[in-house]
Amino acid sequence: MADLVVNVWRGEGFETFRVPFLESQTVLDVVTWIQRHLDPTLSYRFACRVGMCGSCAMTVNGVPRWTCRTHVSKVAKDGRLEIRPLRNMPVIKDLAVDMAGFFDKWQEAGGRFVPTRPGVLEFARVDPENPERRQASAGIECIGCGVCYSACDVVAANPDYLGPAALNRAWTLVNDARDGDRIGHLAAVADDAGCHACHSQGSCARHCPNHLNPTGAIAGLKREVFRALLKGDL
Amino acid sequence: MRAAAHRNHPAWWAFLAHRLSGLALALFLPAHFLVLATAVEEASFDAFVAWTDRPLVKLAEAVLVGLLALHMAGGLRLLALEFLPWSDTQKTRIALAFGAGFAAVLLTLLMARP
Repeated sequence: MADLVVNVWRGEGFETFRVPFLESQTVLDVVTWIQRHLDPTLSYRFACRVGMCGSCAMTVNGVPRWTCRTHVSKVAKDGRLEIRPLRNMPVIKDLAVDMAGFFDKWQEAGGRFVPTRPGVLEFARVDPENPERRQASAGIECIGCGVCYSACDVVAANPDYLGPAALNRAWTLVNDARDGDRIGHLAAVADDAGCHACHSQGSCARHCPNHLNPTGAIAGLKREVFRALLKGDL
Repeated sequence: MRAAAHRNHPAWWAFLAHRLSGLALALFLPAHFLVLATAVEEASFDAFVAWTDRPLVKLAEAVLVGLLALHMAGGLRLLALEFLPWSDTQKTRIALAFGAGFAAVLLTLLMARP
């Protein structure tokens, strides 16, 4: 098969590279090949190469993806790839974005586990099949790759919006029986930039490489915030 | 439009349809009230009603009813999404909302006077 034509974002425009097409090649393989063989100044980020670390996400042909688990044969159109950095995050150089703001929002969303009162020494007994635990378990496999955040048009329109990943994290804690501050977690996501800003466009759930459902998590937060408000807890 | 490729899925199209139908209805509403206000002057109201008998206006009315049905069904879908426990049938519900819109257009056309 002919070479791939790969347009890579270089900050002030695209640079075109020709890369040999190989069987079972991933988009990350293509970017690495360019850096090793054509232009060592190309900047991008990766670590594990097996879909666990969440560092290699980029925009491939207009769609945010984890590049290490994305096969070229699945996404190339007529042998062409267009690779850009993730949307909604400041670009450091080429394909590497600054994810600090993205992770700061996990803190702002109250994404930190709050232990119950000190002095409780027994293990918390949590039935893995109870409804709350199942909701929490469904959301905890997030690898923090930023694909959902990049796919979200609400983040693009409102830079303060906490975004799908941070809210998904908050939802796992709201459903965690061991957490000691359920109302605190709800209060952290109840304002303008929190769960109520979501328009349910569903791009986060659509593109999440781990098939998590931040849209459902945010809908759950909206519901629980409303319920807490009715009960006078907020 | 590669820049928008991430938007090409049913839930995003449902969002766009809901937003555009809402805007169109909001623009229509003042015109609707303006015409109703002319009802106190019988002659001008009758003249306007006569004008609406044109086939093109009938078609526009059918589209309007379609937008209303689409926006209402979409609104019910969103209420269900936000207030009922999550269901994986969202795509089916989106299809039903669009179906309600098209059904309303067809029904209105069928009921229009020839």
